Amino acid sequence: MSGSMEFLLWTKGPLFDIALAIFAIGLMARLVEIFMLGRAHNYAEPRAHEWPAGLRTMLTRTIADPGTFKRAPFNVVVGWIWHIGFLTALLFFVPHVELIRSVLGFAWPALPNPLVDFATAITILALIATLVHRLTHPVKRHISTVEDYLVWAVVFMVVLTGYLAYHRLVEPYPLALGMHILSAEILLVILPFTKLTHIFTAFIARWYNGAAFGRKGVQS
Amino acid sequence: MRKRSDKTLGESLRDHGLSRRGFLKLCAATASLMALPPSMAPAIAAALEQARRPSVIWLSFQECTGCTESLTRAHAPTLEDLIFDFISLDYHHTLQAASGEAAEEARLQAMEENKGRYLVIVDGSIPGPDANPGFSTVAGHSNYSILMETVEHAAAVIAVGTCAAFGGLPQARPNPTGAMSVMDLVRDKPVINVPGCPPIPMVITGVVAHYLVFGRLPELDGYGRPLAFYGQSIHDRCYRRPFYDKGLFAESFDDEGAKLGWCLYRLGCKGPTTYNACATMKWNDGASWPVEAGHPCLGCSEPKFWDAGGFYEPVSVPLTLGPGTLLGAGVVGAVAGGGLATLARKQRKEEAGTRQPVTVDELEQKL
Repeated sequence: MSGSMEFLLWTKGPLFDIALAIFAIGLMARLVEIFMLGRAHNYAEPRAHEWPAGLRTMLTRTIADPGTFKRAPFNVVVGWIWHIGFLTALLFFVPHVELIRSVLGFAWPALPNPLVDFATAITILALIATLVHRLTHPVKRHISTVEDYLVWAVVFMVVLTGYLAYHRLVEPYPLALGMHILSAEILLVILPFTKLTHIFTAFIARWYNGAAFGRKGVQS
Repeated sequence: MRKRSDKTLGESLRDHGLSRRGFLKLCAATASLMALPPSMAPAIAAALEQARRPSVIWLSFQECTGCTESLTRAHAPTLEDLIFDFISLDYHHTLQAASGEAAEEARLQAMEENKGRYLVIVDGSIPGPDANPGFSTVAGHSNYSILMETVEHAAAVIAVGTCAAFGGLPQARPNPTGAMSVMDLVRDKPVINVPGCPPIPMVITGVVAHYLVFGRLPELDGYGRPLAFYGQSIHDRCYRRPFYDKGLFAESFDDEGAKLGWCLYRLGCKGPTTYNACATMKWNDGASWPVEAGHPCLGCSEPKFWDAGGFYEPVSVPLTLGPGTLLGAGVVGAVAGGGLATLARKQRKEEAGTRQPVTVDELEQKL
């Protein structure tokens, strides 16, 4: 009968250790492999430094260029909304901040709960909108793979179960919290092996792009 | 013990000098206690007036008597004392006058005379059927055999305290006595859990009052706890909650935040995961409660509360993760990534070494 509490303690204990270990092994393997493979040697004489252009591009690519925005305004706007909402909830909710502090040994101030709650609700709506768009847009639907839907489902489950647990909409509460932690653990496990790796590689890829252009002395 | 179960509650209360006015006040308090509208008070009065005092057999197993202390230490005369006095407590190790054979005889007699109608209240956990029965015995009988014998003809069982409800301290890892909760063992009777270490006195009397008034047991949550008392979390009813929502926390027990009464989340408060009535009913005649006294909630009314993480660790901190796990896994990953990259390079080199160039003409000839 006390099964849901055992489930919660299992997700907070051994399962969290396993998930974080798989995440760390997978992510480090991917990153080290990427860095060690590097790029083919460029024998041309550089026209400018690559570092400033690389670093600049890491930031400038965050804003979509006008052409992209004109072609796909939905992707840009909704993408921005849910990414910001997700990061707000992930990084600035009090219990998450305490979790980060316990794992990394340091953390930052949290945001007031009503703000995080609002961000979470917006994120849920935006994620639903992205799925509807993916299913109804002919091109998007055509190019979507199983991985795209898997990643969407896992991310959505993390946000949804967090919202349900915070508002205590599932009874008993340990089950709600355990489901949220389990969803987050699934996200951690698949992160290094799916397109979710972009959380870490997006900025590296931008640096490579910017640096390549910078070396040629052209705008990126 | 004096036999009084032939009197109605109304008669019994009048014998104790309780006025009609006092009786109605008791009913109104009972209504509010059970989260019922005030209009229910007359119905409660009518029901209580006619109710027969139920026979109650109180079994104490692997417990510390804290639950009994909690019930009896109430300031006399209080409402809970009155109600407590108006059940026929036919067997209770600590409180009964009889001892030895006479005590056990009282239990068997109460069971025989009230077959199918008596209530069994249990405090303490029970070494399970597979455990060594010698871990806890009463009058030479194992706790398990006494429990199963006593509940056989009971109307319902009330598990008082976290040990009886969920196993509590005796069941904490490594659970040397094979301790089990009442609901682990009693499957064919209604079991009401009144957890807490100890539970609030008003909660146990409230459950009994509900049974007397309505002739049935109160509405229960997923853990068999009465919703009227365990329906909301400590966190949601905590007077310090606004500080949590604003992000204002005490960082230590004597810092400025603690003095200003800020939220105790970072000091390990288990309020968010704990369901109980402490924040609203409080303790010691409504004087205070742990969080008001400046100490985080330990989560004592929840299953596994001894094993659910350090009392002074925030609720969201993982239970077993050490820095070694993350660092070790990171190193393993880095080595694996390095190995993969080296292999890929080696393969590329080999391919470059054995490459056989093809000209366009050769390709066209093949086509």
